[in-house]
Amino acid sequence: MSAVSCKNLCKTFHQGDQIIKGLDDVTIAINKGEFVCLSGPSGSGKTTLLNAMGGLDAPDSGEILVGDHRVDQLSKGKLADMRLQNIGFVFQAYNLIPVLTAQENIEFVMQVQGLPKSERRQKSKAILEEVGLAGHEDRRPAQLSGGQQQRVAVARAIVSDPTLVLADEPTANLDSVSAAQLMALFSSLNAERGVTFVIATHDQRVMEYCRRIIRMEDGKIIADEQQAGRGAGK
Amino acid sequence: MADHPSLSIGILITLAWRNLWRNYRRTLIMLAAIVVGVWAMILFSAMMRGMLDEMVHAGLRVLPGEAQIHHPQYRDDPSIANSLDAPQGELLQALNTPPITAWTSRVKVPGMISSERDNRGVLLLGVDPAGEIALGFQRENIVEGRFLESSEDKGIVIGRKLAERLETQLGKRVVIMSQSPDNEVVDKGVRIVGIYKARLQATEEFFVYVGRSHLQKMLLVGDQVSEIAMTADNYQDVDKWWPDIAAVAGAQTSTEPWMKLDGYLNSMLEVQGNMNIVIMVVIFMALSFGLVNTLVMAVFERIREIGLMMALGMQPLWILYQVLLESLMLLALGLVVGNLLAAITILPLESGIDISIVGEGLEMAGMGSMLYPTLAWQDMLMSTAVVLVLGLLASLFPAWRASRYNPTEALGKI
Repeated sequence: MSAVSCKNLCKTFHQGDQIIKGLDDVTIAINKGEFVCLSGPSGSGKTTLLNAMGGLDAPDSGEILVGDHRVDQLSKGKLADMRLQNIGFVFQAYNLIPVLTAQENIEFVMQVQGLPKSERRQKSKAILEEVGLAGHEDRRPAQLSGGQQQRVAVARAIVSDPTLVLADEPTANLDSVSAAQLMALFSSLNAERGVTFVIATHDQRVMEYCRRIIRMEDGKIIADEQQAGRGAGK
Repeated sequence: MADHPSLSIGILITLAWRNLWRNYRRTLIMLAAIVVGVWAMILFSAMMRGMLDEMVHAGLRVLPGEAQIHHPQYRDDPSIANSLDAPQGELLQALNTPPITAWTSRVKVPGMISSERDNRGVLLLGVDPAGEIALGFQRENIVEGRFLESSEDKGIVIGRKLAERLETQLGKRVVIMSQSPDNEVVDKGVRIVGIYKARLQATEEFFVYVGRSHLQKMLLVGDQVSEIAMTADNYQDVDKWWPDIAAVAGAQTSTEPWMKLDGYLNSMLEVQGNMNIVIMVVIFMALSFGLVNTLVMAVFERIREIGLMMALGMQPLWILYQVLLESLMLLALGLVVGNLLAAITILPLESGIDISIVGEGLEMAGMGSMLYPTLAWQDMLMSTAVVLVLGLLASLFPAWRASRYNPTEALGKI
């Protein structure tokens, strides 16, 4: 069953008098439990596709289905709900809310979901341990390294068991050691929890972990390949 | 899909409070501005209240009585022909029952006073001295001689300025003259037994006191009086009791509270009351620009964070609530400190501020040389309401702007 599927997605941007095709008739389906990379050069449309899948940006035309939800037909408020209940996000930078501690950042989504405090505490402690940040609960983002911040972001993304985790260049601001650690974490979460990952990247080291690589150029999918991948996922 | 999750006020409070102190210098500066604004509003109101209170008291002291009963025609034609019977029966009983704390009856007619050198038009007041003192006449105002001793007293008490105009003095005889109900001229020679001072020169020149019985005999009116004046504990409560007095006084009389008797004083009070609100609004409107600026800056600095929260599933309306809550916290802090500061400043001043340096001018407005600021909960409540309503209105724009961001655009900002 598809975690997310897109059909004939089109999206254009205006840059002065120029019209740029961000997405050009993109059709794709990603099954539950897959570990997928969207790769391609800058401006190829991978972030645009990721944003459209996550309901962060509306396509000009086409259909997007996340689970049972027609994302392209939802209002702003319903989109926020859909993201809250179904999608976890990891961005390149500025992933955490600076005034909240690591634990509070992880609990943020659960708090907005309205989960009771005891359940939030239990889940956030467990996930912090899982991502190797036990003992860092009370630190604010500024007191964590870039790699640690991304781990907190990953913990927040998966703590409420979303259908899909979308990560946009998650290793771009990390050194090679932290990047490898983060990808190993993604892989193990994919293998052990069956979390579906879609990662937009042009980092070759990241692609090595993925089992499926979707290559994009000028808003089009130019290749969709399966590979063994270093990850232990499907 | 499930309905929107219910608002989690806990996370909003945490975010709003911590965001408030992210740039603590800016917050403290804005807080100081709100505190000073609230303090200024309450201090101004306390001064105005004290000033108005003093004006009313001064007005009521000129011819004491928070309510007065007259013949229905008396106010149009204050002649002796428009007199009343002395209070008796039900009215007398009502006048001797709380909330009335003191009352008196007066003969009050226009007349002339002549010395051997000059003459003047005056208002002859035939009074019962004990009743006048009970209503507020102060013996300390007698600067020479004495006040009248009884309503049969054959002496006269005149103002300092009138004595000066008539070129007369204590112990000298003057002639008072008026009309009887039959329109016959009646007059009498009386000796000056006292000279009084008043806040206003006009009062000193115009009002002269003689014994009520003495004046009644001169005017040939038996026991009839021109007015019955009464007072209670607080002039502001007059509306609670004067209609009852009017009811027992009967339809043949006219009972009016001080607000109607002194229309000028009443309209001054109304104007000043409205001015208070206008000035409060103006003070806070000036502050509002600072508040809007602070919040716009705070929102602008956090665009990416707002985008992140929206991306994670926070409803746009919650973003709006968060910014409003931040503003509410800032305003509430400012109000608490501002109100406390106002109380600390005003309470010690309630015993009076000497403003004699500008006293001459203030006397024209019916005020004395002391100002008694009054801290009133109504003023604190009013300034709180003005600050909260205007503050939240001013915060709506930045809050609305924050809630309208598109997550991807916001995440892409610096």
